[in-house]
Amino acid sequence: MSPVEQIPAAGSEPMAAAPARPSRATLVNAALGLGLLAFGLGAWAMGEVFMVTLATKVAILAIAGAGLNLVLGYGGLVSFGHAAYFGLGGYTAGILAHHALNYTPLFEWPFLFEGTTSMPVIWLTAMVIGALAAAAIGALSLRTTGVYFIMITLAFGQMIFYFAISWPAYGGEDGLPIYVRNGFPGLDTLDPLHFFGLVWAVLMAVLGGIAMLARSRFGLALQAARQNRQRLMAVGIRPGGVLLTAFVISGAITALAGALYADLNRFVSPSMLSWHLSGELLVFLILGGTGRLFAPLAGAGLYIALEHLLGGVSDHWQFFFGLLLLAVVLFARGGVIGFLAGGKRHG
Amino acid sequence: MSALLEVEELTAAYGQVQALFGVSLKLEEGEALALMGRNGMGKTTTIACITRMLGARSGRIAFAGHDLGRLPSHKAARLGLGLVPEGRRAFRGLTVRENLMAAARKGEWTFDKVAELFPRLAERADQKAETLSGGEQQMLVIGRALMTNPRLLILDEATEGLAPVVRQEIWAAIRALKARGQSILIVDKSLKELATVADRCTVLERGRDVWHGTPAKLTPDLAHRFLGV
Repeated sequence: MSPVEQIPAAGSEPMAAAPARPSRATLVNAALGLGLLAFGLGAWAMGEVFMVTLATKVAILAIAGAGLNLVLGYGGLVSFGHAAYFGLGGYTAGILAHHALNYTPLFEWPFLFEGTTSMPVIWLTAMVIGALAAAAIGALSLRTTGVYFIMITLAFGQMIFYFAISWPAYGGEDGLPIYVRNGFPGLDTLDPLHFFGLVWAVLMAVLGGIAMLARSRFGLALQAARQNRQRLMAVGIRPGGVLLTAFVISGAITALAGALYADLNRFVSPSMLSWHLSGELLVFLILGGTGRLFAPLAGAGLYIALEHLLGGVSDHWQFFFGLLLLAVVLFARGGVIGFLAGGKRHG
Repeated sequence: MSALLEVEELTAAYGQVQALFGVSLKLEEGEALALMGRNGMGKTTTIACITRMLGARSGRIAFAGHDLGRLPSHKAARLGLGLVPEGRRAFRGLTVRENLMAAARKGEWTFDKVAELFPRLAERADQKAETLSGGEQQMLVIGRALMTNPRLLILDEATEGLAPVVRQEIWAAIRALKARGQSILIVDKSLKELATVADRCTVLERGRDVWHGTPAKLTPDLAHRFLGV
């Protein structure tokens, strides 16, 4: 069996869960993570710069999906408004860079701040803003459950979307260009390979962090909250607190992805905030297998690959994509990873 | 000294349907109290009120010097109420170890101690709860309650619907817990087994406490009258 050679590699993966022998899920995860890296490097070696960018896009969308997976897959909360955090992250990157590149101060009080083009600063700011937005939206949305939760998260998402459209200072409906990709110490971020490597590393760090979180007492309580909130109360844990914390972390992760996406396209537009994007993130998880650590990567990868391949064949590629989604929902409820790795995920 | 748990004149209702019409009971530290009565007499409702899963309409519940009053149930649990609810209520999608670790609070009960009490759980530590047998799931739920290091363990029909062998195992564990001084409030159908654990009994009838006494004083005559056995 060929996967045997990958065992040492799998050990260095964040998902090396099983103490004795890596499980099939670990091998599938390793194959996905390393597969994306190999694809990016291979495309570069063959001079296919566009493919490197495509791989970068997959990695960024996977980060956004990983944020959603924390609340949906582990916490069982169907958020239909995660584009809000993605877009807020994007606008954070766009606005900070816009001021820095135009030499116009973002604010002068309490200190002069002229924006920044430093990725670490932008990421941190985006995550804080995403977390704050998620805290406010989550605090209100988590009072509801089921379909009401889906609708209220969608409503908040749309609120922010229309706000962005009607606010002319940062481009309104036309969006906001970032003329030069923001910088990262020691890297040439305009080099597609450098940027791809950076994004891939961020993706692995995020997935590693989520793997650790899922196994912590907090993560266990989060999964328990998905299964039965009352039982969780019976052991002295308030489900609302656990779910809100997860929601805030989720918002921060998705905002980070948004900041990276803005830099990938060197452009921010309200479409990053649209409900289509919220829906796409959900589709990634359904395709990949909700609650599986690498589901967002599998789902985003498949989605982008099909968009690229089918999109070349027919303008109506989403019709065929719909058929695939239907097949997954009907015949492979565990998604791609559930299909490959086996094992039941949802109780 | 005040009792660990003191319930006075508790009344409760499910919507329009009143279930408790004034239940009083008392449980001292280290004591095991059996809550008895036929089906539908208010045993589970009383427990739901004590654990604050159900709001009482009137009456007073004091636990470890705190008035449980309007406390949310997770806070009541944190004060030291460890509930083993009716039916097998493990977190099905989590493994045995994860079920226990999710509930863990500081104290003498640890995963190893629970594994010592229920060796079967140690064998199945990395198995999902949903793959366990009914008896093992029940042991897991008892273990999960113990992991919160409760001052009062509440067992609601912990042995119902289990095979006799498994039942014996669980009763042995309950007796061991009692022997080490664990305070227990227990509801069960088996009078014979209850008599080996309970220091005192409180019998409920139509949502009222109608009899208090030691298991020895619960004569066959009384048992027939109150419990129909």
